Amino acid sequence: MNNSITQYFREEMFPHIWCPGCGNGIILGAILRAINSIGWEKDEIVMVSGIGCSSRITGYVDFNTMNTTHGRALPFATGIKMSNPNLKVIAVMGDGDCAAIGGNHFIHSARRNIDITAIIINNMIYGMTGGQYSPLTPTGKFGSTAPYGNIDQTFDISALAASAGASYVARGNIFDVNQTTRFIKKALLKKGFSVVEVISDCPISFGRINKLRTPVQMLEWIKSITVPKTTWEKLSEEEKEGKIPTGEFLDINIPEYTDKYQEICIRVQQGRREK
Amino acid sequence: MTDKNKTVKILQGNEACVEGALLAGIRFFAGYPITPASEIAEGMAIRLPELGGVFMQMEDEIASMAAVIGASLTGVKAMTASSGPGICLKQENIGFAAITEVPCVIVNAQRGGPSTGLPTKPAQGDVMQARWGTHGDHSMIALAPSDVNEILHITIKAINFSERYRTPVMLLLDEVIAHMREKVNIPTNEEVEIIDRKKPTVDKENFLPYKADQDLVPPMANFGSGYRYHVTGLIHNEKGYPTANTKEIDQFLRRLTNKIELYKKDIIIEEKFLLDDARIAVIAYGSVARAAQRTVKLAREKGIKAGLLKLVTLWPFSDDTINQLAGQVDLMLVPEMNLGQMVREVQRAAEGKCRVVSYGRVDGELINPMEILSKIEEESKYE
Repeated sequence: MNNSITQYFREEMFPHIWCPGCGNGIILGAILRAINSIGWEKDEIVMVSGIGCSSRITGYVDFNTMNTTHGRALPFATGIKMSNPNLKVIAVMGDGDCAAIGGNHFIHSARRNIDITAIIINNMIYGMTGGQYSPLTPTGKFGSTAPYGNIDQTFDISALAASAGASYVARGNIFDVNQTTRFIKKALLKKGFSVVEVISDCPISFGRINKLRTPVQMLEWIKSITVPKTTWEKLSEEEKEGKIPTGEFLDINIPEYTDKYQEICIRVQQGRREK
Repeated sequence: MTDKNKTVKILQGNEACVEGALLAGIRFFAGYPITPASEIAEGMAIRLPELGGVFMQMEDEIASMAAVIGASLTGVKAMTASSGPGICLKQENIGFAAITEVPCVIVNAQRGGPSTGLPTKPAQGDVMQARWGTHGDHSMIALAPSDVNEILHITIKAINFSERYRTPVMLLLDEVIAHMREKVNIPTNEEVEIIDRKKPTVDKENFLPYKADQDLVPPMANFGSGYRYHVTGLIHNEKGYPTANTKEIDQFLRRLTNKIELYKKDIIIEEKFLLDDARIAVIAYGSVARAAQRTVKLAREKGIKAGLLKLVTLWPFSDDTINQLAGQVDLMLVPEMNLGQMVREVQRAAEGKCRVVSYGRVDGELINPMEILSKIEEESKYE
């Protein structure tokens, strides 16, 4: 087996647009290693993205790819999966993309438990547009539109996905990339709506305004704020302040949406309205 | 009935739209509840599982439009239906369908607006939105049937146009014909002409997803068929990749418009009624066109030489027919259930060759034949 992830690249699209030190490349690598270890064919994979730095991922990989509108990756992915359930559908989103403008689609995709893997690159900022605060910017941190500090509460999108009806939910970070790769692989193989949130960095748009100017400073900060779930559970409320738990939060097997729809079709074609 | 193959049914306009769509091959529908279009979703919810197709009620109108485009990319014919407020929300992804050239049909059962407006009453206030609703340069096909039987047949046309030209097509109903029940001749599958999008003929290695043929339309591969490519709402080159090359940008945007505008003779559907010797032409579309047809007959009985040009295709616009007609008649009267939208197009196309008068009604009632006749009589005094 060819273990090189370069086999999945559209090399003519390089160099990529991401800034030095950006976590997007690390996460793309993790996704491709997960795909490679499963052994899926390029032809059967559809990768869909929304808008923002994260969305450029779809341009760089040699699958059936789609760079859609802001926040809408999941409904596009839903149309694809429903009309061809054999395809392996992956949606890659940023934090503003997924949790702000796409928040409703995210909740309802989880609620349907449709067999799509959602990967959320959470760099806690709108990077492409220059560092405006997002629903995942920590309270008190700065953004170009939060020059006096962010007063908003942050979403816990992993908890949101779990409570909305997903089958698999995990949160990793770009520091422990092997763990993140394992989470992504499990998510890809899960029949149902699976979510992997990856805590990422943005030295340019988040770091500079928050005194974390270099990629190394940002990585060390991410390492310092992320805590394994088992450790997190033992912390006091005070100790939890400013920390983010990582790990697997949900891994269940429940009926999946395209399967349920297929059952309806069979039942209706047999002339039965009810079960 | 003597011919066993002919099926005649009494259908509601929205039901006729469902029948036409299924005959034309629609196998994916995503929608969101809204008056006066909900019966289309309800009909699809019943019928599509019978045919192994997909019906989805999405979380909102934006998602419905997105799902339709996603489905179409896998090679399935897909449509959605809504009304004013929902059509506003769909505009974002209608633009995406236009720039990515993904075939799909959007039904707008028009109600009064703006905003929530008059949910249960008819209007024709969205005809300009149909053309220019999403931002940026693009062309658009919009069709407006005027009775229930015509809804079935024009729905089939709309789907065929979307496939032929790889473009979103807007089907404009209004609350009157969407909810009215009338006799509909349902054709057999064999009688229905079906147009499918072109598929690539080159091998996978040489496939350029946005390289157009002579007719300015690129062949389209299904996701999952082995022709892997990139679909993006950014301006892209023939490879489908984002471009900042001014030449490529210019070529792309001109092609996007020209692939429709240069073929408008094949797209424009219009009907002429008593126009040969007419001195007064009524230009009408949608449910108003049938009132106008009656008006013209009544006018003739009174010795007024009136005729009707019924526009079924609203976009691209019938410039040539109107311009020619303007050279023949003294007056063009444009009755619309809005405060004068298409009349501006008529004025533009007439180039001052005749007088063009608007008759607009926006009180939630449909326009009846007698009021158009009164307007004709009033305007005749000036001739």
